[in-house]
Amino acid sequence: MLTQESQASAPASTIPPGADQRVRISRVTPAGAATVVTAALGALGLVWLLYEQMLAFSGVLGFWLSWYAVFVLLYAWMAWQQWGRREATDKAAVVAVTTAGLLSCAAVLGLVLFVLAKGFSAVRHLSFFTQSMAFAGPLSPLAAGGVLHAIAGTLEQIALGTLFAVPLGLLAALFLAEVGGPDAQPIRVIVEAMTALPDVIAGLFIYALAILTLGLQKSGLAAALALAVTMMPIVARASELVLRLVPGTLQEGSYALGASHWRTITHVVLPTARSGLATAVVLAMARGIGETAPVLVVSGVTKEMNLSPLHGPQMSLPLFIWDYAHVEAVNQTVVTRAFGAGLTLVVVVVVLFAAARALGGNAPGELTRRQQRRLTRQAART
Amino acid sequence: MAIAAERPALPPSGDDLPRTVASRVPAGDRIFHGILRGGGYAVFVITGLILVFLVLRSVPAFRAVGFGFFTTSQWFISTNQFGIAAILPLGVLAALIALIIAVPVGVATALFISEYAPAALRRWLITVIDLMAAIPSIIVALFAVFFLMPRILGFDGWLSHHLAFIPLLRFTLANYPSQYANATFIAAAAVSLLVIPIVASLCRQVFSQAPRGEREAAYALGSTRWGMIRTVVLPYGRAGVIGASMLGLGRALGETIVMAFVLTPIFTFKINVLESGGNSVTTMIANRIFEAGPKEISALMAGGLVLFVMTLTVNAIAAIIIHRSRSGVTTAAD
Repeated sequence: MLTQESQASAPASTIPPGADQRVRISRVTPAGAATVVTAALGALGLVWLLYEQMLAFSGVLGFWLSWYAVFVLLYAWMAWQQWGRREATDKAAVVAVTTAGLLSCAAVLGLVLFVLAKGFSAVRHLSFFTQSMAFAGPLSPLAAGGVLHAIAGTLEQIALGTLFAVPLGLLAALFLAEVGGPDAQPIRVIVEAMTALPDVIAGLFIYALAILTLGLQKSGLAAALALAVTMMPIVARASELVLRLVPGTLQEGSYALGASHWRTITHVVLPTARSGLATAVVLAMARGIGETAPVLVVSGVTKEMNLSPLHGPQMSLPLFIWDYAHVEAVNQTVVTRAFGAGLTLVVVVVVLFAAARALGGNAPGELTRRQQRRLTRQAART
Repeated sequence: MAIAAERPALPPSGDDLPRTVASRVPAGDRIFHGILRGGGYAVFVITGLILVFLVLRSVPAFRAVGFGFFTTSQWFISTNQFGIAAILPLGVLAALIALIIAVPVGVATALFISEYAPAALRRWLITVIDLMAAIPSIIVALFAVFFLMPRILGFDGWLSHHLAFIPLLRFTLANYPSQYANATFIAAAAVSLLVIPIVASLCRQVFSQAPRGEREAAYALGSTRWGMIRTVVLPYGRAGVIGASMLGLGRALGETIVMAFVLTPIFTFKINVLESGGNSVTTMIANRIFEAGPKEISALMAGGLVLFVMTLTVNAIAAIIIHRSRSGVTTAAD
């Protein structure tokens, strides 16, 4: 049954007869590359002929989808003819899987670039970052009015939300990672289920609790509470994963020196995991800052600057986009403003994300180059 | 020196007895554990509070329409004719369509990252997928309405034209492009962009843990790379894929902004996903909460309650599957 599947590419003279030849799983051979190119061109020709000339199909997207399907079939068939059935499925799988990977990357790139391109004409004007919409109506030009009020609201809400969510999330993570016990598993399941909690439910919950029951106004504080509900499980889950990575030997060293559990946690575990915990917090902030649904339900909409978290509605960037691209999308200018806010939001999220990556580049206990240099200097001095 | 073996032979006298190691938890630690336990239980408490308050606030709606809330497919608040009989299935339909798109793409992306991509590229690809998960849904909503929708209409027409034998894709309206706009299919396609990173990143973690020995055994038996994936990686990651898909379903069911942005609300259930109009509980909440009176708010709370119970169940089952899976044993130690 075993057929020779891969063409011998190395010159036969270098290999002594009978010696083991290393099987390379992935390798680009001229024949392989030629097969891909030929299949692609053949599919293009065939689809053009059928799709454009003979059958009554139309549409650009449909054309390329058909091309892709024909390409995969053609490629698999050509591979089959050359190398047999098993190689053919292998080749087809490479194509399919690579396409999916590239498609996902293209989607991310497309999302970001689209918003950047559409939002640029709004962001170009300085007023976009220095004014609120208090004195700008739907007919005002882009040079008047901006999103300052939304930026201020977003920053305030995310700061308050982080303040509420991080201590609670960290405590839960420490409980799961350090204390454990029979009740840890159900809590872990609930935390995981809560991470994927529909964000609008968090808004409804705060609406029912804070606004309808406790009599709070629609305000920035209510929005921050709703954000905290969505962020807390994210912090808890990500922190638990980080805390688990702290080497057990470090903790045992601490116990061996006679430290109690809580001294071990505050002096060994938390400092060791510091960068990972910072990543967890920043990632949760990146998630929280883009949440629209909770804010939509509880914060109220305004065109004016409102720095007070307790009184009156407070705008935020996601809500600004919702309002101007969906509710009040009366003309192109207004929609462009929404895209400007979208651009700002994307930039903030990407910056937070990059910060999280930079912070979390090292495993717990691993030192950055700078820290290592500092340690060396200290060692040299003493 | 086999101390343990010699120990029973020692005479039971004097100082040579092994000391009993009994550790008492210090008082400080006990308080500390209590605080941490409180933090852990806070998650329970919050989940419980969400349930309690949603139930409490949805009582007026249930009192007004009773069980009719689940059998009425209208939304007339003042005449007490409202329910989620059409809204809920429409939302589930959209979530399922999103899953049909997202699961294959997500799993394939995970395979690409863990099995096919060059090692140098792998870290970057992981970052890109993580970034995709961090992109706010409102950005996806903008993308869906202003980029995807105008471009997908032609494809919709093509689908309905040539694949009309599939009931889902049948098109019963007049054949104008506008009749394809704001449809469930477009919303689902956009929501799938939010589900793909969840599926991809969870599956990738599971796939990358597939045991090295078994992979090499497959290669040693003459397997191709796909043969190895089919016989080692995919069976190993099956539970992970199922769990990830369910988590993705939970995400899709709860997606609010994209659905509300794209869909034109309708109140009768239809299976034809290419036709304009769709709905979901989340869409109703987002669109109505501003103008709603007390009774409608109660109705929205009732819808939210149903959604909450549904997604929490789906997510919890997903979490349990992921934990129980063979691969989960190593990720969630102890």
